[in-house]
Order: sequence, then structure tokens, then C-alpha cells
Amino acid sequence: MGVKVGVLALQGDVAEHILAFREALADRPGSTVTAVRHVEDLPGLDALAMPGGESTTISRLIGKNGLYEPLAGFEGGVFATCAGMVLLADRVDDPRVRTLSLIPMHVARNAFGRQVDSRETFLNVAGLTEPFRAVFIRAPAATDVGSGVEVLARIPEGIVAVRHGRHMAFAFHPELGGDLRLHRMFLENLRV
Amino acid sequence: MKLEELRFGTELIKRGFASMQKGGVIMDVVNAEQARLAEEAGAVAVMALERVPADIRAAGGVARMADPQKIVEIIDAVSIPVMGKARIGHSVEAQILEALGVDMIDESEVLTPADEQFHIDKTGFGVPFVCGARNLGEALRRVNEGAAMIRTKGEAGTGNVVEAVRHMRAIMGGIRALKGLSSQELIDRAREIEAPAELVIECANLGRLPVVNFSAGGIATPADAALMMQLGADGVFVGSGIFKSSNPEMTARAIVEAVNHYNEPMVIAEVSKGLGEAMKGLDVHLLREEEVLQTRGR
Repeated sequence: MGVKVGVLALQGDVAEHILAFREALADRPGSTVTAVRHVEDLPGLDALAMPGGESTTISRLIGKNGLYEPLAGFEGGVFATCAGMVLLADRVDDPRVRTLSLIPMHVARNAFGRQVDSRETFLNVAGLTEPFRAVFIRAPAATDVGSGVEVLARIPEGIVAVRHGRHMAFAFHPELGGDLRLHRMFLENLRV
Repeated sequence: MKLEELRFGTELIKRGFASMQKGGVIMDVVNAEQARLAEEAGAVAVMALERVPADIRAAGGVARMADPQKIVEIIDAVSIPVMGKARIGHSVEAQILEALGVDMIDESEVLTPADEQFHIDKTGFGVPFVCGARNLGEALRRVNEGAAMIRTKGEAGTGNVVEAVRHMRAIMGGIRALKGLSSQELIDRAREIEAPAELVIECANLGRLPVVNFSAGGIATPADAALMMQLGADGVFVGSGIFKSSNPEMTARAIVEAVNHYNEPMVIAEVSKGLGEAMKGLDVHLLREEEVLQTRGR
């Protein structure tokens, strides 16, 4: 069975997400990966990727494009990275960002500091046998998570990978760097 | 997480930062108030300056890096990334900007060049750089020096988009012209445009630059911004165009939306209504030779 994935295409590394999912789904005939800009792009999707970018900008454009309610009510799985993780939370340390409350967690923006503090590291992620090369770019981190949220990776700055039902959120960028194990884990998890 | 496995300032991190800016508008600001207005309007980053390019043009004299106090004031005012400009070849201005915590450095022809032969060796920095270019060869020379992002030079501070269009067409056309060339011909082309062969080959394979490619230099209206997006820009820098317009707040918001909806004329029409006076522009052809900024650095 093919999987229909949409990538929220308002701002950020949209093309990288599209390429990564196309590659992860190359062996699943009938799968599609499409850009989501308008409400009418959402029906029929099994999953939605929320890319990295600036959460204040993306939040504003979600509102402007009338996407807030449809996204908050999205019934498929969501794969969120960086700014996407901020938007998936139900609480954030910045009143300008209106989050979608799809995962009960509190997220701090820019938890690592400025761009010079951005880093790459090999990270142990629950469910993976080998460490994952994680790239954090002005990344957020979750400071606490609600019940039913599984913490997949935690570092001194905070929680950086979570799973909640069919949703997964990462403070780093699995779409950069060519390692698709977390994409595959997410696609497996969609069936549960 | 093992500490010895931490790596800072890698190519992936620097180019990744630039990727996160895609589809966005980066706005020139000269104080905390303008920075907050830009952030509220949906800018993905701000460029912290002492003066916008139109005023640099008017002031004349040697244009240098902004006062560090001004940059810190702007850094403290917003949560989005803050960029700063260093003079071409002025590695110490760049070191200062990095030490202040700016998120990206623009090695910019808008300031008076400090070195007429060499650009800054950007590979030695942990902070990513953006550089201006007028054509494919110039873009790839900057990438070879370590630039993580390219922008068209255009002609800053004129409010006239014609040069940005010329430069974007030259870069995109230069890449399209690589299609179908043999590896021997690609090496020959690399020599012709004075760019490293491996980067020309990489461009040919990717069908685009190996880094994010923004547009800058003369963008003054939502329509200008959308035009640059349609020509293939990944995003836009707006310099004087916002705070030299009669209604900066509306203009800033309108340009953000025009970039987001660059292929939807109805939306661009809607956001362009009632913006008042755009910045007064300059005819690029009437500039004296010494007033032209784009020829600085090559």
C-alpha cells in the first residue's frame, strides 16, 4: 500500500523534506509526496511533515492561510523537525507562536543558543540500534512532556526526540544528512 | 551524548542554517524597534545595520561594519536570527560579528571593500556567510571560499529591481547552460567562468547551486519580491525597500505574503493594495561609475 505524505510548504527546508520522504518511500509503489499550501491540499493525506524554518514566520503564515484549524485537526501522523516541533507542542515559551497542540509538551525555542552554538552530534535514539548523526540548528528542546508521550532522546539541553501516537517530533534535522532511519521508523509507526 | 563527538560550524550546519531561511524574507533594520516590527511582520531574519543601503549611498564616505552596540541591541530585541555585514575582505570585522553572536555574516559590497584582491576565507569561521554574486562564476568562487548562501548583488539602495533580475537570470541561465555538457566541456566551462571545476560539475548534476540562493539589491515592492521568486530565488533580502516606504509595517507584511504566494497573482494584488508610496527609486543607468556597488569584489 502506498503512503500519501504532504509537506507543509509555507517556509523552511521544504525541498529537503520532500526529497527525504521520496527516498524513504521509493520501495512503496503508489506513494506520493506533495507540497501543502492550502486547506484543499490536506484531505487524503496519511502523514504530514512539518519542516524546519522560523516558527514565528510559519505560525503567522498558518494563520494567514487559514490552516490553523485544519492542521490542529489533522488525523494522520505528523513528522516534525525543529520549528515543526515547536508548532506541534501545546505550550511554548513565546506568545507569538500559536502552537497546534498535537503533542502535550512544553517547548523552549532556541534552547541551544545562537547559530555559533549549533552543533552536530551522534545521538542515541530509542528504537535505533546505532547512534544517529543529529544536526541541531538554532534548535528548540522540550522541557517537559505530558502523559502518553514517549521520550526517544534526551540531552543536557532537554528532550530532543518524542513520539506520541502516530506523531513524531525532533529538535534536530533527520531530513538533512541522508540517514533515513527515523523516516522509516515514522512510516512503520503510522500503521500502529 | 559524548562530548568529544560534538562538532560545531560544519558545512552541514552552515548550509543547513541557510536552508531554514528558504521561502522567507530577510529585512534590513537599523534599531530594536524596526527589528521587532520585522519579526512581527513575519521576517525569517533581520540584517542589523547602522544605515540602510539608500542612506549609505546618500552619506558617502567609507561605509564600515555597524557599531557593535547597535548589533547587540538588535540581537537582544528579537528571537529570529540576526545577520550583520562585514566589508569584503575584512576578516576582523567578521571575527567581531561572530564574537557578538550574529547568526550569519554578509560579506557585502554595500560596505566599502577592505581588500581589493581577496575575499574573507570563510572556511575558518563557525558562523555561516552569505555573499553577493552577479553570475555563476562569481557565485561558485564565493562557495569555494566557504559561503553557505549566495544572494544576487543587484544594485543596493536603488529600489530598482533591474540589476537583481539581471544577476538572477545570469546565475540560473549559467546553470541551465551546463545541461548536456560532457565532463571535458564542463571543465572547459569552469575555466571560462573562473570557477573550480568540481563545483561546476556539482552544479551540473544538481541543476542548481550547491547552496541556497536568495535575491537582493533593489527589491522594493511585493511584486518585485514575487518576481525574484518566479525567477528561481529561494527567498529575498529587502534592504531599503521596507523602512524607506511610507508604510513600513504594511509593506513588510505584504512582502512576506507575496513571497509565500509568489505564483498567486490574486494574493499579490490583494496585499499590494493601499501600501502608499514605495521607496523613491534610482535609475541605475544614471549612477556614476563610482556610485555602482555591484562591481565591488569579483
